[in-house]
Amino acid sequence: MIKASGITKSFAGKQVLSGIDLDIKAGRIFGLLGPSGAGKTTLIKIITGQMGFDDGEVRVFGKNVKELNGDDKKQIGIMMDNHGIYERFSCADNLKIFADIYGVDHSKIGETLAKVGLSESRRKPAMKLSKGMRARLQLARVLMISPKILFLDEPTSGLDPMTMKYIHKLITDQRDMGCTIFLTTHNMEEAASLCDEVALLNEGKIIERGAPEEICRRYNHQKTINLHLSSGEDIEVIHGMDSAKIISTLMEQGKVETIHSSEPTLETVFIELTGRKIESDEEAKYA
Amino acid sequence: MRNVGIVFKKELMDTLKNKTVLIQFIMFPLMTLVMENAISIPDMPEYFFTKLFAVMYMGMAPLTSAASIIAEEKEKNTLRVLMMANVKPWEYLLGVGSYVWALCMAGAGLMSTGLPAENIPFFLGIMAVGFIISIAAGACVGVFSSNQMVATSLFMPVMLVFSFAPMLALFNDKIEKIARIFYTQQLRVLLNQMSFDGMKAETVLVIAVNALIAVCLFFVAFKRKGLE
Repeated sequence: MIKASGITKSFAGKQVLSGIDLDIKAGRIFGLLGPSGAGKTTLIKIITGQMGFDDGEVRVFGKNVKELNGDDKKQIGIMMDNHGIYERFSCADNLKIFADIYGVDHSKIGETLAKVGLSESRRKPAMKLSKGMRARLQLARVLMISPKILFLDEPTSGLDPMTMKYIHKLITDQRDMGCTIFLTTHNMEEAASLCDEVALLNEGKIIERGAPEEICRRYNHQKTINLHLSSGEDIEVIHGMDSAKIISTLMEQGKVETIHSSEPTLETVFIELTGRKIESDEEAKYA
Repeated sequence: MRNVGIVFKKELMDTLKNKTVLIQFIMFPLMTLVMENAISIPDMPEYFFTKLFAVMYMGMAPLTSAASIIAEEKEKNTLRVLMMANVKPWEYLLGVGSYVWALCMAGAGLMSTGLPAENIPFFLGIMAVGFIISIAAGACVGVFSSNQMVATSLFMPVMLVFSFAPMLALFNDKIEKIARIFYTQQLRVLLNQMSFDGMKAETVLVIAVNALIAVCLFFVAFKRKGLE
């Protein structure tokens, strides 16, 4: 569905993307993860044809991205992290403009607003919406056109857990209807729970890719078991020949209160590969 | 062309909600109606306020409206969303331009209500030409600005020169000589005569050169900045 090979992009002599290869199959959720400034938004802009690139090739629907026609573009929904909502217009009017542009029947406006939970706010000016409601309105704009591919740039950035969960549900519903979803995020938990496949982007290069569980398994070098003892002490037992013996002895003595295994997360994999934590745009701004 | 109509309709929907732009369209027509009906000074030229405010309206309203609308869309990222929805830059600019022109013409129509019926077509024709040049200049400022604040600081001096130079030229010969190089002054002279009789080649040349400069600057700004 989306194929990129050898994408390279520089700004003022500084290389921001270097040899990016992607192959995203239809009906899957692909997550591009990386810290602020890693090149996620640049890559999404390149793949959606909003920005040129120095070298490489991008194919969407099997066609070169530069050769996509109006009908192809009508099957692509793009939601960038900067809202782009008409503040003075009501929710319904915001959608009406795009329904006219995409040639979508106006009856779909109410249907889409209901889907994102904004039916009651249909006449409310966008400037009076909360951040979560604005994100849902933005999502409604792209869902209304029933896209075959959906690009979401940080769709849940800065949102409360409830809205985040709501948006996750909308995204998985779209996937279940056969839509291919390309999303960027710095939220590793979100990526692990939502994406079928992820790529870790750091300083313009993809440093790891695969299914989230598969990546975590790949980096599960040192399997450890964590024990919380009744004395209040926490001990970490490294999985090996003696581990079973140590644990059974402690259990026989009735000293173990809780026991659990510890596997790496996408976050720890990223730290292992780059030596740094993934920061959101807000965190990076105030760092 | 469908998208031009959609952009036009969108701007029309926004007219009553966007007070900053709305005031530009109605201020001078209303002032004209009030002044023409309320003030009568002996020996004052006929339709003095209509002609005076018409030139100011021509230099101000289209320029500031076009620049503000484009700059606001850039600032709020709505322009990017429109481009992503496959609205072509020319469709957008033509939609905004035709909207501003139409509203300004409606304002000019209101201003012309006090004029003798036989002068109205001439008045509207002159205003239409002036609006087109001002819209091109405003679009140039809008395209060049990344936000409304930058747009305001750019269009303010341009607008003041185009709209006030013809008025100041009434009182000072030196200013009149300088003001001749502006399309607004040349159009003011035509509005004063209310006919093309005795029109000089200079008038056509200045208007054409001004239009050409506005269009060239617009393309330079568009090439450098695009609609990003």
